Amino acid sequence: MASDGPSLWESINLRGAPAGRLQGPGAAVALADLARGSALQGRLEELRDRSVLLAVREQLTAALALIELDGVARRMVLCTPDLATQHLPGVIRDAQVDASVCDADSVPEAQVGVAVGAQPRLAPAATPRRNSVRTEWILLTSGTTGAPKLVQHSLTSLTAVLATEPAPSAALTWSTFYDIRRYGGLQIFLRALHAGSLVLSAREEEVGDFLARAGQAGITHISGTPSHWRKALMSGVTARIDPQYVRLSGEIPDQAVLDGLHAAYPQAILAHAFASTEAGVAFEVRDRRAGFPQGLLAAPHAQVELRIQDETLQIRSPGTATRYLGEGAPVLKGADGFVDTGDRVEVREGRCYFMGRRGGVINVGGLKVHPEEVEAVINAHPAVRMSLVKARRNPITGAVVTAEVVLKDPAAAPDGATVVREVTEACKRLLAAHKVPAMIRVVPSLEVSASGKLVRPNA
Amino acid sequence: MSVRSTITSQFQQVAVEQERTLAPLADELKLVQSGLDSLSFAIIVARLEDALGIDPFNAAEAVDFPVTFGDFVRLYENFGK
Repeated sequence: MASDGPSLWESINLRGAPAGRLQGPGAAVALADLARGSALQGRLEELRDRSVLLAVREQLTAALALIELDGVARRMVLCTPDLATQHLPGVIRDAQVDASVCDADSVPEAQVGVAVGAQPRLAPAATPRRNSVRTEWILLTSGTTGAPKLVQHSLTSLTAVLATEPAPSAALTWSTFYDIRRYGGLQIFLRALHAGSLVLSAREEEVGDFLARAGQAGITHISGTPSHWRKALMSGVTARIDPQYVRLSGEIPDQAVLDGLHAAYPQAILAHAFASTEAGVAFEVRDRRAGFPQGLLAAPHAQVELRIQDETLQIRSPGTATRYLGEGAPVLKGADGFVDTGDRVEVREGRCYFMGRRGGVINVGGLKVHPEEVEAVINAHPAVRMSLVKARRNPITGAVVTAEVVLKDPAAAPDGATVVREVTEACKRLLAAHKVPAMIRVVPSLEVSASGKLVRPNA
Repeated sequence: MSVRSTITSQFQQVAVEQERTLAPLADELKLVQSGLDSLSFAIIVARLEDALGIDPFNAAEAVDFPVTFGDFVRLYENFGK
C-alpha cells in the first residue's frame, strides 16, 4: 500500500527533533541521532518494499530497526524473543518473508532472503530516510497448536488510542517490564517515542536490578502485568522507582495487587488497562478497583465501543487489528467490525468483572496457554485415554495450568502415580515451563458433550 | 504437620520439580533470593491452598505482599486470626 500518512520516524519528529533516548541495559541511543544514523549497517534501502522478519535478541536493536523500517519495509514481522526455531518456517511462509534483520549469531533459519545484520548502536546512514509505503506491522500471538498466529496491524491502528490523547506538557520517561515486540510493550514503546524516553527491560535481568536501573533513569511512567508487579512487591524493591503513573495490563488485576501498588506508590496514578493483540486497547480505569464501570458498555459514540455478547467482551475501534495472515487463517473480526476477545465478563452492581476465558485459554503471568496444546502432549502417553487441561486461579501468576487425566486401564495403575510422573516429565521436555501442569489428577472419567466434545469449564 | 513445616516441604518439593537450587530457608531469607521464580511461587501457593485450605492472598482485607520467607510463613499462620 502506498504511504498515506507519516511514518513512525516522521511522526516522532512532528513537533521538532525528538529529545528522548532509548535505554537498554548495556547501551543507550539518543533518538535525534537516528536522523543520520542506522542500526542496519547502512543497508536500509535493500529492505525497501520487502517483507522483513525482525529476529534480533535485544530490545534496543529491535526498537531502532522498527523506527528505521516503518515507511520503508512493506511488512515487518516482530518475532518475540521466545519464538521457537521450529515455528520460524511457518511464520516465514505465512508472512511471505523475503528479507530479515538478524543478529550476527542468529540461527540460520532466521536469516532469510536479504539478510541484514543489526546492532544496538548507530553507524552513519547511507542515504536520507524516505517514506514510501504504509508498512504492515505483524505481531505474533499464541495459537492452539503452539504455532503462533500472525496478527496484522498498521501504525495507524497501533496508535489509534494514543492519537486521541493530549500531548504531555513535559517530557516523560517511560519504562515497561514487557518486551516491546508484544502488544503491551509495543504500546508503551510507541507512547514513549512520542512523549520522551524509554528504559527497556532485558530478559534475564532480575526485577530488582531492572527497577534500580529504571529508578536511576528517573522514570515517570511504567507498565507491567499484575504478575510483574506482584513479583516486584514480593521482591521488596518497589522503592527503587518513584513513578507518577503505574499501569497494569495483559492480565486481569485483582484487588490485592491494586492495593499493594497503591500502598507502594500512594502518590501515583494507578491505572489498569484492557487490551489484546487482536482487539487493541479497549479502556483504562484509574479508580483502583478491580473490573471496569458498566458505563463503558453503553457509549455508542465512543471511539472504542464495548459490548457483551454471549457473556464475552467484544470490542470495535480503530485500534483493532486488520486480519490474521496465512492461508486458512481464522476470521479476526465479525462482519460488523467487532472483535470477540474471548474474555468472559459478568456485570454486578454497575461494575463489570472478568470471569476468565471462554474456550479455556489460560493466562499464566501474561502468557497464553491453549489447553489443547498441553492435552496433545499428555494424550501421547500410552496409558492415557484422555485429558482435560484447565486454569486454576492463582494470586501470583493470575492462573496456573492443571490437568485431569483418564487412564486407559485404571486397574493396571491403581494410583496412577507413575503415569502422572511420566506425563509431567513429557510436558517438561516438550513444553515451555508455564504450560506444564502444576497439578495432575487422575480421574475416573471426563464429561463429554452430545456432540462428542470434551466439556470445557469456563474458567 | 504445622503450617511452617507444610510450607517448608512445599518450597523444597517445588524447587526439586522446577529444577531450582533452593537457598536455606531462614526467616530472614528474601524470597527474591530463594532461588525460586514466580511460577514456582504460584505452584506453591496453589498446593498450599489444597494442603491448608486457605489462600491468604485472596483475603477480603488488603494483603501485605511477603518479602521474606518469615513474612510468607506469618501470612499463612496469621490468616483468619
